[in-house]
Amino acid sequence: MANFLLGRLVQSLVLLFIVSVIGFAVLHLAPGGPLAQFALTPGISHAELARMAHQMGLDQPLPVQYWAWLRRLLGGDWGHSYRDNQPVLAVILGRLPATLELMATAIVIAVLTGVWIGVMGAIRRYSIFDMLATIGAMIALSIPTFWFGLIVIYIFSVNLGWLPPGNRSTIGGGGGILDYLHHLIAPAIVLALVEVAVWSRYMRASMLDVINQDFIRTAHAKGLPARTVLWHHAMRNALLPMIALAGVEMPTLLGGALVTETVFTWPGMGRLLLDSLGYRDYPVVMGILMVSALLALLGNLAADLLAAVADPRIRLR
Amino acid sequence: MSAAEALAPAPPAARPRSRAWRRFRRHRLALFGAAAIVVMVIAAAAGPWLIPFDPLHIDLRHRFQPPAGGGHLFGTDQLGRDLLIRLLMAGRISLTIGFAAMTVSTAFGTVVGITAGYYGGALRIALMRFVDAVLCFPQIFLLLVLAAFIQPSIATLTLIIGATSWMEVARVVEGQVRSLRERDFILAAETLGASGRYVMFRELLPNAIGPIIVAATLTVARAILMEAYVSFLGYGIQPPMASWGNMLNNAQEYLASAPWLAIFPGAAITLAVASFNFVGDGLRDALDARLDLH
Repeated sequence: MANFLLGRLVQSLVLLFIVSVIGFAVLHLAPGGPLAQFALTPGISHAELARMAHQMGLDQPLPVQYWAWLRRLLGGDWGHSYRDNQPVLAVILGRLPATLELMATAIVIAVLTGVWIGVMGAIRRYSIFDMLATIGAMIALSIPTFWFGLIVIYIFSVNLGWLPPGNRSTIGGGGGILDYLHHLIAPAIVLALVEVAVWSRYMRASMLDVINQDFIRTAHAKGLPARTVLWHHAMRNALLPMIALAGVEMPTLLGGALVTETVFTWPGMGRLLLDSLGYRDYPVVMGILMVSALLALLGNLAADLLAAVADPRIRLR
Repeated sequence: MSAAEALAPAPPAARPRSRAWRRFRRHRLALFGAAAIVVMVIAAAAGPWLIPFDPLHIDLRHRFQPPAGGGHLFGTDQLGRDLLIRLLMAGRISLTIGFAAMTVSTAFGTVVGITAGYYGGALRIALMRFVDAVLCFPQIFLLLVLAAFIQPSIATLTLIIGATSWMEVARVVEGQVRSLRERDFILAAETLGASGRYVMFRELLPNAIGPIIVAATLTVARAILMEAYVSFLGYGIQPPMASWGNMLNNAQEYLASAPWLAIFPGAAITLAVASFNFVGDGLRDALDARLDLH
């Protein structure tokens, strides 16, 4: 167990290293590089730019620069936004909660409905329900998230007037938990759609694997009620491989969150990325890339740990 | 089984190709997808010649014509341009990028996967760890960052979509090659003195072609979707040129007054992407006997 954990941790660190190289490359290959903001200053001379490059260590060899950059990064100094000179880490952390809230709600919706659809599809294999669920999942995977968002806004905000068309709470309103929830419903469902499809497909396959195994036949033969066999014996085993899926799906979910946030003017990290790209605010862009990769790594690590705890058969690889 | 049948000589085993075709034909959704793709390609290629409108012609007196109004089958947009001709012109661009990006990513992913799988060892670990690391980033994030650096055009968008979607293919190919590598026919080829390149591209590649075709088909779907995302967010194909994604750029503003501006381009994207996904699914059933999820 300890070996397994250590191996996973080392793997994650290696990935984090590669990820940081990619982040560094983004900042330095970008047009203008880290000096982009100063190069646009009217009347600035080449000598002055060169002096700044020297000051910031940009005339050093790249590995030296990378090392200095990495040390600052690990020390919590992620640089300052070109736009308003705020510390990058603070800017991102200010936006992260809204994104995490959206993602968490979507994943809860997706797991509950996806698991249910998958189980029903597996036990009534080839039924009308199963066929519709299969086709539905494939179509759900093909719908652009932003378009689904527009359709939801058109139906539920424009025509029916049930849900607000955007934002996290009523502007100028008193707020309150109900107001927040009201604003959360539509974007969370839009973000969840793709994940519902993914979870239902994997759950169906996993359940089919389990219910054809001997111990399920034994349980039936013992005379246990079908309901008990399904929801206790089969379900516990079928859910195990799904834990890993939660980690794997992290980047997809985050990418979907960016698009959803744009359509619903949700003040999260995805919209921050889009705004920062518009301003060529490279330090913030790089910071968001790092945070998103970090989230994916943590998600995978957490899923591995959880799987090892939940399934005593998992041994060190 | 009747006596006559039992006595008849066994029919020759079906050749793999015809067996695959039979399985594919049974997959009704895949057939639907293939037909839809053919129709879309023909419509995008030939349709614009048959429609008496110019996709860039601005006619402010006839803006926001609802569908079927004033001779415009799908209506007109906020500048009075015919929506149908714009959809077809956009289809040319979106489908071209989908196919071209698939070619780029499949070629690159295959080379990476086959190299990693064949040589193994430290090279495999380095390449596959790199794949893992790139997969940590949401594809749309990488795509937007790259798109913000470049001058968007059909060629550059194709390249960056290809550059951010080769990892799945690399994984599939690496897995295939790693298992094929231990088989006797590879050993035979190597014993006969075949070079590494010969073994990789003449022996291993043809035997891994099934999963590659499946992954490539699904990559077309993904590439069309990614082009739509990037263009919708303003970093892809730039107006006045139309792509399915950027046609939805302004649609949100006019959602209440002119919903058809949002509905048609989105439906086109969904149809195209779903068709390729259906075909990919059908090909998987047809080409891969072991992987049977249905």
